Amino acid sequence: MGTTQRAVPIGRAVGTARLGHRAWHGGLLASDYAWALGFAIPYIAIFLLFVIYPIIYGVWLGAEPALYHQLFADPRYATALVNTLVYIGLGVNLHILGAFLLSGFFMRKRWWVKALLVIYILPWATPALPAFISLHWFFDGQYGLLNNLLYWLFGVDGPVYLNYRWLGMACNIISYIWKYMPFWTVIFLAGRMAIPQELYEAADVDGATGVSKFANVTWPLMANLYFVCTLLSTIFTLGDFTTVYFVSGGGPNMSTEVFATLGIRYAYTLGMPRLGVAQVLTALPLMIPLVFILMRKLRMTERQL
Amino acid sequence: MSATAAAGRPASPFHYRIRAGLKETGCLALGFVLIVWSLLPIYNIISVALSTHDDIFSGTVWPEHPSLHSFWIVFTQGFWYLEHFWHQFGNSFYVAFGTTFFTLLIASLASFTIGRMHLRQGWLLSNAALMTYIIPASFLAIPFYSIAQFYGLGNNLWAVIAAYVTFATPYAIFIFSQYGKSIPMELDESARIDGANPMQIYYRIYLPLMIPALVAIGTYALLLAWNDYLYQFLLLSSQQSMTVAVALAQFLNSDESPWNYMMATAIVYALPPMILYYGFRRYMAAGLTMGGVKG
Repeated sequence: MGTTQRAVPIGRAVGTARLGHRAWHGGLLASDYAWALGFAIPYIAIFLLFVIYPIIYGVWLGAEPALYHQLFADPRYATALVNTLVYIGLGVNLHILGAFLLSGFFMRKRWWVKALLVIYILPWATPALPAFISLHWFFDGQYGLLNNLLYWLFGVDGPVYLNYRWLGMACNIISYIWKYMPFWTVIFLAGRMAIPQELYEAADVDGATGVSKFANVTWPLMANLYFVCTLLSTIFTLGDFTTVYFVSGGGPNMSTEVFATLGIRYAYTLGMPRLGVAQVLTALPLMIPLVFILMRKLRMTERQL
Repeated sequence: MSATAAAGRPASPFHYRIRAGLKETGCLALGFVLIVWSLLPIYNIISVALSTHDDIFSGTVWPEHPSLHSFWIVFTQGFWYLEHFWHQFGNSFYVAFGTTFFTLLIASLASFTIGRMHLRQGWLLSNAALMTYIIPASFLAIPFYSIAQFYGLGNNLWAVIAAYVTFATPYAIFIFSQYGKSIPMELDESARIDGANPMQIYYRIYLPLMIPALVAIGTYALLLAWNDYLYQFLLLSSQQSMTVAVALAQFLNSDESPWNYMMATAIVYALPPMILYYGFRRYMAAGLTMGGVKG
């Protein structure tokens, strides 16, 4: 019973499950079982060949303790660790909070707000590679548009952003926010639209102001979505390779590398694939609790739907 | 709307009007900031693409002698990084459509088993999918590269397709399972009574009713395969097997890069997914609100 109970939320609502169950003569016939298995086999094959096998192979590659001595002795590793934490801490929270606030703005029923939304999601519609190549050139200290604009508008000579570690990280984070904030805004917008309008009308009748409507209606209903989005975004950001690889390029002197780029750099630029795998494996202590909480949360979300 | 709000408030309409005016001005200001914020990097890419080589290094904020010369170079493959541009463009399409087809096929079959058939181990499948969905693809890249060599798929477009199908199916299964709940089980049951086997139910009933979800996920898979860089970069090495994404990033290998050619290439590369994106925006939104979230 335990397993079917858990299968139900993925499949369909409990009530219909019972009904269907009876109609299928109280369980799977042998031939139906074969069909069900046959339908699942392509996915099982993909999962075993391209997920499980690489994971096992990766763990085997990174099993040597000596690798971790080498890794922890490498100052570039410590740098990347700090960068990753800053990148996640600032990048995730800023763009999720920004998206959440802006989704409130985009709820306004003006024609120009709707037109603005079409422009605002352009960064999300743009493929990552052209976007980040453009941003790399945008931040270029000598010929980039940003410093040209600063000079043209204010007569100021901007710094060579990508020559400094923290300025470079700031460029990475700003680029990341630029690219991905629209996506989360649309998610939150969908979440806000799902809130029944009657709740706000009832609050109006009770004389609630904007702030108390937010605190008592919007936030309690959106808090769970906000939490799930923050966790999902943390995982996506942790695994984000393209932004850092193209905006700052990890430079200067590999001082702006993050976990997702350093592993690839170890493996393919420096020719130490085992060290790269070991580096990725050190992210597991952060990954496992996240994955655990997220799987629970996502399954709960599914149940509610 | 303003009339009802004003009537509801006992405060003087004059004060109310000032407050509403301030709010409107604030919104307009925010709107302006958002436009500049969203469009600056886009403007940058277009302006560089329209520049001549000298314009780029002149320090102006718009091209002094705008021309479409760079696009001409791209279309005629007139630069050594672009020698195989159209072939590589075809490769990108091949990968995108291969990924889309197999993602839709494999995920719809799996979701049919999970949602419509009472397989006792169905929860294992959906948990496997959920787990894959959560693992960042870039963390699997190094072992995946070795695995592709073991399977004899080195420098082969099918290795890339396999990677994207692997990473797109979990989300697809998630969405299909959600959407499938809206299709009444009674349809399957009556088909059973009429003597249809599960294959016929899948093909004749399940798939036609799943079309909105199939379109949403098809778009998602197509964009994922076209837009990703990492796996194409790792798995494809020869000019003949490269996709546009890899060819585009090649420009960064040399310091003397013609940035205008590069940006023109980037625009040509970005257009198909953007057209698709805006064309299918309604479906994309539908896919998102179906309960899943993925960038």
